[in-house]
Amino acid sequence: MADFTLKSAQFRKEREQAWRELEGLLDRVENKGLPSLSAEELNRLPILYRSAVSSLSVASAISLDKNLLDYLNALVGRAYVCVYGAKRRVGDAVAEFFRFQFPWVVRRYFAFVAASIVLVALGVLTGYQMTKADPERYYSFVGGMSQGRTPSSSTEELRKVLYQRGDGALTVFATFLFTHNAKVGMLCFALGFAAGVPVVFLLFSTGLQLGALVALYDARGLGAELWAWILPHGVTEIGALCLCGAAGMAIGSAIVFPGRHTRLRNLALHGREVALLAVGAVVMFLVAGLIEGFFRQLVQSVGARWVLATATLLLWTWYFTALGQDREARP
Amino acid sequence: MIGSVLIAAVTLEKARLHVVRTPEGLSLPFVVASAGDRAGALLVDLLVIIGGTTVVWLLALLSYFAGLGEVGVSFALLVAFLLWNFYFIWFEVHRGGVTPGKRRMGLRVIARDGGPLTAEAVIARNLMRNLELYLPLTALLMPGQLLPEAPGWGRLLALVWLLVFALMPLFNQDRLRCGDLVAGTLVVKAPAAVLLADLADRPDRGDRGQARRPAAERAPAGPPPNEEFPFTREQLDIYGIHELQVLEDLLRRHDEGTLEGLILDDVCEKIKTKIGWPRERWNVPVRPFLDAFYRAQRGLLEQKMLFGQRRERKRI
Repeated sequence: MADFTLKSAQFRKEREQAWRELEGLLDRVENKGLPSLSAEELNRLPILYRSAVSSLSVASAISLDKNLLDYLNALVGRAYVCVYGAKRRVGDAVAEFFRFQFPWVVRRYFAFVAASIVLVALGVLTGYQMTKADPERYYSFVGGMSQGRTPSSSTEELRKVLYQRGDGALTVFATFLFTHNAKVGMLCFALGFAAGVPVVFLLFSTGLQLGALVALYDARGLGAELWAWILPHGVTEIGALCLCGAAGMAIGSAIVFPGRHTRLRNLALHGREVALLAVGAVVMFLVAGLIEGFFRQLVQSVGARWVLATATLLLWTWYFTALGQDREARP
Repeated sequence: MIGSVLIAAVTLEKARLHVVRTPEGLSLPFVVASAGDRAGALLVDLLVIIGGTTVVWLLALLSYFAGLGEVGVSFALLVAFLLWNFYFIWFEVHRGGVTPGKRRMGLRVIARDGGPLTAEAVIARNLMRNLELYLPLTALLMPGQLLPEAPGWGRLLALVWLLVFALMPLFNQDRLRCGDLVAGTLVVKAPAAVLLADLADRPDRGDRGQARRPAAERAPAGPPPNEEFPFTREQLDIYGIHELQVLEDLLRRHDEGTLEGLILDDVCEKIKTKIGWPRERWNVPVRPFLDAFYRAQRGLLEQKMLFGQRRERKRI
């Protein structure tokens, strides 16, 4: 009885050693990560993976041993996630992101970015006009974010805010601003899932706040100085907010208007790309936080502030239009 | 019939499978992770995050009293921000879709379409946690902060609306949360299986109480008839692949010692009746008979499979 073997048992005997070797490598990768493998073992991994793939397709054609099939399925599954897992070097990925992907994705979703900018601008206009007509509306637009700047403040107090020198709390304030803005931005992306409606509201209400603030300062003849105070970091910050808003709206429209694909597939296709917008925006919020936390406190001249504001605007415009052209086709 | 006994004896796994097509063109079934496992993994990860945040703020407090000013506070702000927003992204990118919590529960993130799990997908699925987790938590724990000027019913409405997003995995079979929908990912059980000995390859145990006979001559057309339990072609033509694999499962569980011998006796009786085992040789040792039957049956079915006849079920 023992001298006759089934073909499938024979097959298993011939291949088993390679499976065991792959299993050993996978155990180590799963416990200690890829770097624990030597260069030679790293070379063996894809070879063993392919041989396991072929074993599995042969086995499913000739063997009825369920344990064997389950084992091979699991082995190939483990090797598959190991071989096809995300595994690029962080440095390369970051360079690729800033060099190509981020400007590319901004151009790709430019219609949504433009829509976000229009929404914020509409908000500013509305907030400005309404507050100008009735200064009391300032309270309902700006609410708790006023930081002591209200219609009852004196002109001198309002001016003081614009030229405050930083004190010890500078870094805490800058960090707080950055984390707060970045959180709002990422929330914007996530809210896109609710068909984008809350994003529109968020963008518009941010514009309203800004417009109300402008109206308050404008009434005291401080309008230009306020803009000089806001724009050096505001160009970057509002730009980042618009990108997040665009991300949210893109997600929303991917759900509402799926086009040729099913909703699920369309969402997955756009979701991955749009996530890049949100990540880039977080970096922009960081830049804005640095400008706001350091530069603005140190530079008091209105002229220098305008120069910086213009410079950031030109820089971002150049960055988003000029870079990544040669990789137009790749995601 | 044997089927009813076997179904009672074998707890068939009811888990949902998601078949992924690998770039090699192979169909690979993954078991979709259950909602309970997902929640457990999330809980572990949240404990790590909350623990980390607490430690960092305690350190900031200490440094403040040690006279280091507010450097500690801004450091704590930053670290807490990174922990809450990039903990999942960091681990899932670096470990190929596994966070400490998922690892503990034996789970793993894969791309639904079978391609590699990209960093973009990981980022997309984890940014959605803002909507699914942090916002509903804020609404639950600090309802005043979310919509400060809304009336009570408005807050309740917002909470219900947010819970729809939070509980999304319970509403679909693949247990996809919003982040999985946006990123095209899926959380599966990390595959794990042990290769056991081939049942058809079992060495004789020598417990049959009788001497082994010389091996039979090889027949080129298929497995040779076992001289101890000579099954005929007609007897082996009755059962299909499903029954064979159920039998395999029973025999393996018997090997492990997790199956009562009585069930095996019962199965043996049913098989003998079904295949019309000769009455004069009715009393056979149970396990050797089943081993021989499994071997002969598998030999025949595999041979037929090679010729393109795949029979899944027994003949009724």
